[in-house]
Amino acid sequence: MTIDSIKNGIVLDHIRAGQSMELYRILGLGDLDCSVAIIKNVQSKKMGRKDIIKIDAQIDLDLDVLGYVDPGITVNLIKNGNRVEKRHVELPKFVRGVIRCKNPRCITSTEQDIEHVFRLTDRNDRIYRCIYCESKAKQQ
Amino acid sequence: MRHLIDIMDLSVEEIDSLIETANDIIADPQLYREKCRYKKLATLFFEPSTRTRLSFEAAMLDLGGSVLGFSEAQSSSASKGESVSDTIRTVSCYADIIAMRHPKEGAPLAASYKSRVPVINAGDGGHNHPTQTLTDLLTIKRELGRLNGFTIGFCGDLKFGRTVHSLISALSRYENIKIVLISPDELKIPGYVRHEILEKNNIEYTECFDMTDVMPILDILYMTRVQRERFFNEDDYLRLRDSYILTPDKLKNASSQLKILHPLPRVNEISTAVDDDPRACYFNQVENGKFIRMALILKLLSEV
Repeated sequence: MTIDSIKNGIVLDHIRAGQSMELYRILGLGDLDCSVAIIKNVQSKKMGRKDIIKIDAQIDLDLDVLGYVDPGITVNLIKNGNRVEKRHVELPKFVRGVIRCKNPRCITSTEQDIEHVFRLTDRNDRIYRCIYCESKAKQQ
Repeated sequence: MRHLIDIMDLSVEEIDSLIETANDIIADPQLYREKCRYKKLATLFFEPSTRTRLSFEAAMLDLGGSVLGFSEAQSSSASKGESVSDTIRTVSCYADIIAMRHPKEGAPLAASYKSRVPVINAGDGGHNHPTQTLTDLLTIKRELGRLNGFTIGFCGDLKFGRTVHSLISALSRYENIKIVLISPDELKIPGYVRHEILEKNNIEYTECFDMTDVMPILDILYMTRVQRERFFNEDDYLRLRDSYILTPDKLKNASSQLKILHPLPRVNEISTAVDDDPRACYFNQVENGKFIRMALILKLLSEV
C-alpha cells in the first residue's frame, strides 16, 4: 500500500495499534481542510504493529492530549519533504477538556461552564483523577 | 491570595503555625477580639450544618468581624438555578472571606477559581472537609501533646467517612504514625486511600473487625457513624451495628491515657455513658473547631 509522503506537515508515528481513530477524534482532525491519512496495523520492529497518522499541514497540536492518549507516540515535523524535528511526548500533568468526569456527585455534573480537568496522580500506573472530586479516569 | 480546599493545600509547617495560633487564642482570647474588625465572613451553606457553620460564625464574631450568608440552598439564588460560579462572583463583592459547604464534590474548588476573596471549603459532599481535619489535629496536639509517634484507630464507616480520609492524608506527613482500621467488610477503607496514601507513604497499618481486640494498643480512638443507608440489607446493619458502638464495657482494656475523638454529629455510636469518661475528648474537639477556624481566618486574610 502506498501513501504519498507529505511536504509540509506532521507525522504521528508509533501510535499503539488501534488507537489512531480515537486520536483522530480527540485531536479534531476531521475538522481540518488538509489531507489526513490514517494508516493502521503497520508492521513495526519495535512494536509489532502500530498506527501512523499523516497530516498534510503544519497545525498546532495539543501535545498534552497526545501524551495522555499514548505517551509512546513520536511527533515528526516535516518541512520541504524533510524531517526537521522529532519530538517524544510524555504523560502530561494535566489533561483539559478531553476526559469527562462521570461522577454524578461531582460539581462538573451540574455546572455546565466548568472545564473538565484531570490531574496525573500516579505516573507508573497512569492514573488521572478529576481535580474537583478525585474520581479516577477510565484508562485509555 | 490563598484558599483552603484540601488539607494538603497546607504544608506541615503551616498546620503547625495554625495550631500555635489557635493555642495562643485559647490562652488569651482577648488579644484577638479586634483582629478582624470591619471584616466580613460570608457563610454559604448549600446544605445544612450545625457545628461547622456556627463555629465559623462564632470564630469571625470572636475576632471582631461580622457575618452574612445563608444556611440552606433554598434561601439563596441557587434555588432559582444560579450557578455556583455566579453566586461566588456576587458574594465576593460583599465579603472579605467565604466559607462554603456544598453537596457537590469539588464545588468549593470551582468557586475558588471565580472568587476575588479567599474561599474555605466547609465540606463538599463526601469529599473533603479540611477544617474538620485541622480541628482533629489541634485536638490531638492538645490532648496528646504531639502529632507524631502514636497509634490511632479509626472505627466505623471508613469507606464513606470523608473526615477519616482527610485525617489519614494529613497524618501521612507526620512521623511514626501507626493506623488501625476497624470496620465491617462493607465499610472498609477505599482502595485508593490504602494504595495512594497508606502504602505510598509507608505508613504502618492493620485492618480488623473488632475494636475490643485492638483497644489496648491505641493512643487515639477516632469513632465515626455507621449509617443504616450504607448497608445493602437491614439484617447486615443490625448484625454489625452493635460491634461499632463504643460503651464503657468496651473501654475496659483501653489505656488510661486513650483519647476518644468523634467528628460529630453522633447518633448512637458512642454511648452517652462514655461522655463523662475523662478519655472522651469529642466535646473538647467541638470547641477546638472554633479556635482553629479563627486561626485559619486570620491566616487567609493576612495573605490577601
